Amino acid sequence: MKSFLPWILSCIAAVSMTMGCQRSRAGMTVAGSTSVEPFAELLAEEYMSEHPEAHIYVQGGGSTAGIEAVISGAAHIGMSSRSLIDAEKKLYAVTIAKDAIAVIVHPSNPIEDLSLDKIREIFSGKMANWKNLGGPHHPIDIVTREEGSGTRESFQKFVMGKEDIDLGALVQDSNGAVRQVISSDPNSIGYISLGLVNDRVKALRISGVQADLANVNNGKYTLVRPFLFVFNGEPAEEAKSFLDFVLSPSAQKLLLKEGLVPVVEKLD
Amino acid sequence: MQLQEKIISKILLLIAFSSIFILALITFFIFEEGLPLIWKVGAKAFLFGEKWIPSKGLFGIFPMILSSFWVTVGALLLGIPLGLACTIFLSELLPPSVGTFFRPAIQLLAAIPSVIYGFWGLIVLVPLIRNHLGGPGMSILAGSLVLGFMILPTIITISEDALKALPPSYKAGALALGATHWQTIWRVLIPAARSGIVASVILGMGRAIGETMAMIMILGNAVKMPTSFLDSARTLTTNIGIEMGYASGDHRQALFATGIVLFFIIMALNILAIFLSRRRAH
Repeated sequence: MKSFLPWILSCIAAVSMTMGCQRSRAGMTVAGSTSVEPFAELLAEEYMSEHPEAHIYVQGGGSTAGIEAVISGAAHIGMSSRSLIDAEKKLYAVTIAKDAIAVIVHPSNPIEDLSLDKIREIFSGKMANWKNLGGPHHPIDIVTREEGSGTRESFQKFVMGKEDIDLGALVQDSNGAVRQVISSDPNSIGYISLGLVNDRVKALRISGVQADLANVNNGKYTLVRPFLFVFNGEPAEEAKSFLDFVLSPSAQKLLLKEGLVPVVEKLD
Repeated sequence: MQLQEKIISKILLLIAFSSIFILALITFFIFEEGLPLIWKVGAKAFLFGEKWIPSKGLFGIFPMILSSFWVTVGALLLGIPLGLACTIFLSELLPPSVGTFFRPAIQLLAAIPSVIYGFWGLIVLVPLIRNHLGGPGMSILAGSLVLGFMILPTIITISEDALKALPPSYKAGALALGATHWQTIWRVLIPAARSGIVASVILGMGRAIGETMAMIMILGNAVKMPTSFLDSARTLTTNIGIEMGYASGDHRQALFATGIVLFFIIMALNILAIFLSRRRAH
């Protein structure tokens, strides 16, 4: 029994010392949209390799959660994949890149091209069979994102307008999960970030317009949303330095390579 | 008692109370966050509303209550016969030396992380169901099958304990009266251990209702009323799991309110299980 007490005390001392250590290494937290997260992680890695003393922690959680974290002070920078709503307009937001939303189907699907009206009919559940669109006689499996997702909000705004997405639609909670479902189900249709489209899924042309960077840049492809960094007030110190890096030509070129549309005109 | 022993016992008491304190804190927090929304939309509209469209202020969780119910029923349809058969095999038919290998293997089923079950269901079961039975594959059927296996360890371990706790005279007496081994198991041992077996099934139900990760991956999470076992569905837990990341304001409170409903269901099941296993002791 006698030897117990000092042991416990030393444990407590050790724990409090490591906690102290963590505090002195505190860095900057970037939190928000899961659509922006992979790109922010990439940028943070690049930035930290250039600035070895910097620590940037990138977390997901969603656009709304990221914006709330900035307001509450839990994060230094919020990531948003949707425009700010009126109540959030007092925040300082910078567009770091633009992202197109691609409507995707299984590669074996014979359909190559749909108009926005047809896509709206499919997602609202009015067009329930591929046969009516010139495809096989099979019900359409709609795949959508969960309520509150920035990608879903953008899709709702650009495509659905006032109509609701069918309640029978499958709901997945990330771009990657939607892509996984579409790539394994030949009768499905969904939407994800253009940058995440790979050869396991097929991006549809929308009224003849191919979903690619050229058409996003010349304004023909209209399903485009901003990726925002959100700050509580004008960014300063580390946050400013990181933002400057993100808007630099080298970082923007990196984003272009990953499939996003840069916001800086000159990349060289 | 020495002073040091007193101090140590106080410290241990404090630690023991802290776990209860944390439980109370969680309970308080769930109710504090969730109740205002239930008042706001009305308990009836919340519990029996058929539409869940948070962006329009519609918070009806009836489809999810139904889905939770059906997925659990499906899991029990698979889990009870399999679990009971396995229990009888383990405790009565298997030589003890082989049992020492089998038991840890079954307990290992409980140690597999649920995300692995989910992944397996998604890659193996979902395409099978889609190709052979139709529908999107992500369905109540797929969820029930996976959950049926996930609750096996709970059912087997607890009901085997119940069988083992029976006085040896039951078995000896039945055999002495001329009953065959199978008659002894089916007519004497199982009925005598009934309350423990029922308790194991109820705890398995609790596990099934509470499972989240695997269900998010397999069920497809659609929010409409389930009409067949091939429909995609969303249970109470997956509703919280899939939407919490993005939810704010009323939407977030509605997820906590979903938690309140789950809280009552799980509490009721656990109280029932405790009640049934206590009755066995008397």
